[in-house]
Amino acid sequence: MKNDVIIETRGLFKRYPLGEHTIVALNDISLHFSKSEFAGLVGPSGSGKTTLLNIIGSLDSPSEGSATVLGNQIESLSSRKAAELRNHHIGFIFQTFNLLPVYSVFENVEFPLLLLGLSADERKKMVFEALEWVNLADRAKSKPAQLSGGQSQRVAIARAIVKRPAIILADEPTANLDAENSHHILKTMVTLNKELGTTFLFSTHDAKVVQYLRRKISLIDGHVASDELCQPA
Amino acid sequence: MIKFIIKGLLRDRSRSLFPVLVVLSGVMLTVLMHCWIRGTESDMIRANASFSTGHVKIMSRAYAKEADQIPNDLAYIGVSKLIDQLNTEWPNMIWTPRIRFGGLLDIPDSNGETRVQGPVMGMAVDLLAPQSHEISILNLKSSVVRGRLPEKPGELLISDEFAQRLDVNIGETATLISATMYGSMATANFTIVGTLNFGVAAMDRGAVIADVQDIQRALDMQDAAGEILGFSSDMIYRPQQIAVIEQKFNQQYSDKTGEFAPVMLALSEQYGLSQTLEMISSATSFVIVIFVSVMSIVLWNAGLMGSLRRYGEFGIRLAMGESKAHLYRSLILESFVIGCMGSVLGTAVGLLFAYYLQVHGFDISSMMKNASMMMSNVMRARITPASFAIGFVPGILATTLGTSISGLGIYRRQTSQLTKEFEA
Ligand SMILES: Nc1ncnc2c1ncn2[C@@H]1O[C@H](COP(=O)(O)OP(=O)(O)OP(=O)(O)O)[C@@H](O)[C@H]1O
Ligand SMILES: [Mg+2]
Repeated sequence: MKNDVIIETRGLFKRYPLGEHTIVALNDISLHFSKSEFAGLVGPSGSGKTTLLNIIGSLDSPSEGSATVLGNQIESLSSRKAAELRNHHIGFIFQTFNLLPVYSVFENVEFPLLLLGLSADERKKMVFEALEWVNLADRAKSKPAQLSGGQSQRVAIARAIVKRPAIILADEPTANLDAENSHHILKTMVTLNKELGTTFLFSTHDAKVVQYLRRKISLIDGHVASDELCQPA
Repeated sequence: MIKFIIKGLLRDRSRSLFPVLVVLSGVMLTVLMHCWIRGTESDMIRANASFSTGHVKIMSRAYAKEADQIPNDLAYIGVSKLIDQLNTEWPNMIWTPRIRFGGLLDIPDSNGETRVQGPVMGMAVDLLAPQSHEISILNLKSSVVRGRLPEKPGELLISDEFAQRLDVNIGETATLISATMYGSMATANFTIVGTLNFGVAAMDRGAVIADVQDIQRALDMQDAAGEILGFSSDMIYRPQQIAVIEQKFNQQYSDKTGEFAPVMLALSEQYGLSQTLEMISSATSFVIVIFVSVMSIVLWNAGLMGSLRRYGEFGIRLAMGESKAHLYRSLILESFVIGCMGSVLGTAVGLLFAYYLQVHGFDISSMMKNASMMMSNVMRARITPASFAIGFVPGILATTLGTSISGLGIYRRQTSQLTKEFEA
């Protein structure tokens, strides 16, 4: 079990100076996540969910403490190494789908593979595979503006999953979706989690998401209030 | 990746259109200025060469020392022998004698009394010899306003402006009053057979052109001439080739002592022309520096505004695992592509305008009224091989420079900040 740990944080603090005060966004977070987990950070707005995901995703670094992701110490990673870690092993899904508007669905999903330097044939195969998972292969040529919110978020999932990362970090992925689309997307992610063994880490305050979680971590004011395993519906 | 970048550029007009337009206009102006400067330069060389300096000029050493005073008493004697030698040695050059002279032109009335008189600046050239190139070198045929070119000795051409001022007509007799080579007074009668418009203000003010043999007779200059001009046969001035000829010629006479041994001077060594030509070529560099700076500043600011709009995109790309350095390089590559597009278009448009100016010219005679420089009254652009390339210097330099500066904003921001831009 311990050998399967792929994300570990120890005494993590994140402080933001604000005039004379400091905002403590993360307050002594020590957590670990194993391979294939389907876990969520739950908590009110401002409780530090995004901040924690950003540190784990190597987009940000902690003020104090350490975070180890797939054996990489985030706080001492060079920006090039951090980019490499994200490129190979981490997929992001954001609240506002964040597709690149000038590129087609296919090109959006292809982008991470371009960074990996894969050949055109490989890329095409993998992009269509990813689009199949989210059931959007027929919209490969569409532009983001021509998609509904649910479809856009599915494209974002395909873009996160296309390179088969070990970890997917999803920051409030359903916040802009209606109930039906939310369920659809969550089911897709559950399937991917099962079939590919990808670790999913969410941040959410959406009860619909919570239903699907197998582990629920509550954050309040930057510290862990509870950490419990649950029985998904 | 390049394909990815170019697709983005083509699809997002706001990313490409404005920068391309800026580059296009800057490049267009650079190309146009360059052609104009080249045109002015070649016009100046041509006007100076034909009317005054030749591509090379041979004089006696004494004459050369005081050339601007036209000291015909120091003229070179033995012209025909020297020209024969020159023709043997450099058969591809055109060699021709010239005498410049000053004097008074006196127009008598029917009683033989002076009706009107005016100071003239005269040029004696070989008009009548069948093998002479002077008529085409001086472009005399198309310069005739009234009358015709001389066909036999004793005939004279005068500038049309001067003729009008003196109120003289074709067919009238004119007496030239001047000094012989030996200092005594000389007079000679001519028939005015034609008037000329040189298109060079310094000449139009009061020049006459006579056959060189007439003037040799009138000024007592048997087989003498103040100057022997040499031209390359296609009339194109090639400084390096000319320098070789000059060096070789002067070498041959270096051991000769005496004030009357001949000496050869290239076009650029006369009347400070080399400084003028240098000034012109540094003007080109100056123009380019100006355009690079102005365009860089404009594009830098455009890049800053463009990046603000694109921080969201940058954030996603960084989150996907692109490194900041890679992103920065891709922005520079993007601007390089824009620079190329703008430069190609700008060069095309610039050349189009330049071509118009090359064919039609731009009349500046009103500005040239008092000029003493040998410069044509019509400014023309001239398209040279360099005109096709020169615009790319400011075009590409400015875009890449502008983006290199504005793109540094990526490094100044926290990655997590960039990914937040699109949440807003
Ligand atoms: N760049 C920053 N500068 C200053 N304070 C920040 C910055 N980023 C986050 N914070 C603060 O840190 C705290 C945690 O923010 P965070 O975005 O992690 O909250 P969150 O749990 O994701 O909230 P939400 O549910 O609204 O997305 C907040 O008080 C926020 O104001
Ligand atoms: Mg958040």
